[in-house]
Amino acid sequence: MDYIQLQNLEIKLGEFHLRDINLVINEGEYFVILGPTGAGKTVLLESMAGLLSPRRGRVFLGERDITDLPPEQRKVGFVYQDYALFPHLNVAENIGFGLRTSQRSVRRPSLSRHKKKNEHVNRQVEEMGQLLSIDHLLHRDPTTLSGGEQQRVALARALIVNPHLLLLDEPLSALDPGTREGLQRELARVHRELGTTTLQVTHDFEEAVALADRIAVMQEGRIVQVGTPEDIFRRPATPSVARFVGARNVFAGHIEEEVQDGHKSFRVNGLRFAVVTPLSGPAHASLRPEDIILSAESLRSSARNSFPGVVGEIADRGAFLYVTVRINSLAQVPGTCRYASRSAGDLGGTHPSSHPSSRSPHPHPNPRSACPSGIPQGEGTGLGEEGIESPPCFICMITHRSLEEMALEKGSQVHMSFKASAVHVF
Amino acid sequence: MTSPFANKRTLTFTLLGALLLAFIAWPILRTLTSNSPAALWETLLDAEVRRSILFTFSSSAIATLIALVLGVPLAYLLARVNFPGKRLVEGLIDLPIVIPHSAAGIALLMVFGRRTLLGKAFGLVGLKFVSAAPGIVIAMLFVSLPFLVDSAREGFEAVDARLERVARSLGASPWGAFWRVSVPLAWRGILSGMIMMWARGLSEFGAVVILAYHPMIAPVLLYERFESFGLTYARPVAAIIILICLVVFTLLRMVNNGGNGHSSTNHARAGSPDPAG
Repeated sequence: MDYIQLQNLEIKLGEFHLRDINLVINEGEYFVILGPTGAGKTVLLESMAGLLSPRRGRVFLGERDITDLPPEQRKVGFVYQDYALFPHLNVAENIGFGLRTSQRSVRRPSLSRHKKKNEHVNRQVEEMGQLLSIDHLLHRDPTTLSGGEQQRVALARALIVNPHLLLLDEPLSALDPGTREGLQRELARVHRELGTTTLQVTHDFEEAVALADRIAVMQEGRIVQVGTPEDIFRRPATPSVARFVGARNVFAGHIEEEVQDGHKSFRVNGLRFAVVTPLSGPAHASLRPEDIILSAESLRSSARNSFPGVVGEIADRGAFLYVTVRINSLAQVPGTCRYASRSAGDLGGTHPSSHPSSRSPHPHPNPRSACPSGIPQGEGTGLGEEGIESPPCFICMITHRSLEEMALEKGSQVHMSFKASAVHVF
Repeated sequence: MTSPFANKRTLTFTLLGALLLAFIAWPILRTLTSNSPAALWETLLDAEVRRSILFTFSSSAIATLIALVLGVPLAYLLARVNFPGKRLVEGLIDLPIVIPHSAAGIALLMVFGRRTLLGKAFGLVGLKFVSAAPGIVIAMLFVSLPFLVDSAREGFEAVDARLERVARSLGASPWGAFWRVSVPLAWRGILSGMIMMWARGLSEFGAVVILAYHPMIAPVLLYERFESFGLTYARPVAAIIILICLVVFTLLRMVNNGGNGHSSTNHARAGSPDPAG
């Protein structure tokens, strides 16, 4: 079995300090480590390749402890972000490098055997070139290739030795968007065809979701969550993971005990909304901007939560826009949570409390006062009494078309609604 | 391309630079042109002159080879490994450049002289340094090795360490990565260091003359002709030596620049828009 296991790995290199790294990567799996730049992802890869010695902990390849094995005996392929092709060799020689190394015989080979081996290497290089659609470039100098072509060469060079594990260090981030998308499909296809166990690190969440069977989120030298892309996307384990994967609305608040129609309420700054959760007491809630519906009038829908608000900042992201909505609430605080008239049956069953990993060891600073500047200060609401905090803002995603249809602009009154089940409580 | 005379500052700098160039070129040209062709030819036929020139070349070449074997590994370590006292080692390597060369000769005499421990030990295997070819080689080695070590170190530093790591991950041993990746990529730095060291060795006088006046290397022969027979007899010898050094130096620089030219065309091609990409 070629599964990879990291046990209590601790690595220190310069400013990077990785701690308590425990991971199992299954045979044939496409595993992605997701984390912001500077989280120490490259350091982790280099220690798995044997290029760095961990301070503590073990690395296993199947049953075999390879922690102290030198890199050349591990059969672990490595592809760097900027390809690291050998500039003194042409494309074919780059790809064949590993074959000529590993098959070097101790005895001086006879001329005919040498020739035979050369033919063998050339044939394999040719095949690998075809697999990655670079067979027409084999005689080129690597410095004359485009970024995407260079990355394919680097990939071919790593794959040709048939490694137990392929390590990819931000393989797509140096490429322009068009090339990146093509190569991303290519990575997925090659992985399907060869089934090589692959570990990729990236800071790009979309890339991780597109490629990964499973994702580990790494922050400040620790693995904070491991799960399927769906897990990470829908059920982030910590507020920072939630923000990192694009849940723009993350609140620290309190779950009220009382259950109403199978829902509990989550209270934050005097605002209460319905959630589905087995938890109680202090907790976090995250809500993705695309799960919020904006409308000019109050909607009669299955969405449990509906609030009137004022449009704040509008940020254009090209294909869509982010609209900040500040709930105009205070007068309505006691009854903020307006339950829709329809039955709870529409909401789908309660989520089984799938918490892939425990809570963050460090409670994050309260994100409640996250209203961006430029929001009109509670128009028409009697804000200002001592002890009453301003209601939270929500960031919602809408299309250009809805923006035009609703004629939204800064200061417009809108209604905002979302399903109780869209809120992830943790 | 703007004209070098585009503004007053550039004009001033050009004139100052030209002065310095003339300061180098004029004396050399004067030496080369002040001799009649017949006098030059006669000097060339002088067996003593020819022997000393060949002897100088080969001594410096041997010194360069010794530094290649001992200095390139050191250069690699300095480029790749951080260790306590590294600055000290780097300073030590450059020390021969700042020591007056006659003082360097005295220092070598203190260690390799006839009555010293090392001198005696080498004497047992029939190797003597004072007034002998090995003394000339170590004098050249001492004063010119910084050129090779520094240039090779820069060559290795310019090789991305990750290329070696990739080679290791592809199954190359530490030796394999060194020979198949580091050396081919640092080769230009090593070669240009060898050329500089060899050229510097050729021109050494001070340290050599302290250890071994005889057998005579070309600079010593020139000095002797000047002292014993005067300028008229020294002049053609100087011209021959300069001429030969010019020819050899130009040839070696062409070899060196040939390599550089290759890499710069690569960069130019890499920079241009790629139709396939």
